[in-house]
Amino acid sequence: MHIMEGFLPPIHAAAWTAVAVPFLVVGARRVVTLTREQPQTRLLLASAGAFAFVLSALKIPSVTGSCSHPTGTGLGAILFGPSVMAVLGAIVLLFQALLLAHGGLTTLGANIVAMAVVGPWVAYGVFRLTRSLGGALTIAVFLAAMLGDLATYLMTSIQLALAFPDPTSGILGALTKFGGVFALTQIPLAVIEGLLTVIVVNLLTQYSRDDLDALAFAHGGAK
Amino acid sequence: MTRTNLLLLAAVLALTILPLLLPVTGGLDEPFAGADGQAEAAILAGHPAYEPWFAPLWEPPSGEIESLLFALQAALGAGLLGYYLGLRRGQGTGRTAGGRPDRTTDVRD
Repeated sequence: MHIMEGFLPPIHAAAWTAVAVPFLVVGARRVVTLTREQPQTRLLLASAGAFAFVLSALKIPSVTGSCSHPTGTGLGAILFGPSVMAVLGAIVLLFQALLLAHGGLTTLGANIVAMAVVGPWVAYGVFRLTRSLGGALTIAVFLAAMLGDLATYLMTSIQLALAFPDPTSGILGALTKFGGVFALTQIPLAVIEGLLTVIVVNLLTQYSRDDLDALAFAHGGAK
Repeated sequence: MTRTNLLLLAAVLALTILPLLLPVTGGLDEPFAGADGQAEAAILAGHPAYEPWFAPLWEPPSGEIESLLFALQAALGAGLLGYYLGLRRGQGTGRTAGGRPDRTTDVRD
């Protein structure tokens, strides 16, 4: 889902950066409050970031014959609420932009909006909705992580379609084109991300009950 | 729980390996290319005049270095996650062992 360095026109790059900044500020504040008020959850917060670190490093083959990677941002979003993921996701994206030439500094804002804002908020919304409808915890976790992952790639496709509308079929035509590249490839990977997130939540419920209780997880997740 | 997780892990492996076994790349120039690169190609196909206006400050000098850094990224993440789960598991074991309060206090060491 990384939009490559320099591949958004300056106005688009600036606009997406402007969208990302408030989410980063709110997210940073939330991280500070969380570590001050619930210091025992700090290590779990770092682990949620670590999960995103691993998953976004894994390029996985898809049935479309291309490769892409999961994002790993759904886990932290359902544990801590979506706002902290803006910060954790931004760290991952910055690492990849600076050291791997994946994504870039000019496209960092757009990539943060897709992977660290839209994905986590969709994951969080799906989780809360599924739980409030009486869905089992594992089902809610699976759907949240899977749909959050897909939402990220859909957002990237929208960003590219807005910047590069098709000469004949316009923005919608371009959305079909970029969606074909990103969203289709991503479907099996989103399922993988859903399954892996369920595994981690299973391990957390088994070994880390105290931390989950501190976050009031499973009663509906973080506020 | 462990059984469920192993089954889930098997499903993850199956989903990963399946595309490698299916003839999905027939006719593709570059099998299993990165989607990011394909999107870049799609942009340039529709807008051949577009010039990227900024270049990465640094690029891994070779594919080897790139895979080194990707492996480092995965190792850092997996290492921390494994440390956390192992720590909490150990703390739980120390607590339920009972009658050995000394163990629960120094389990962090």
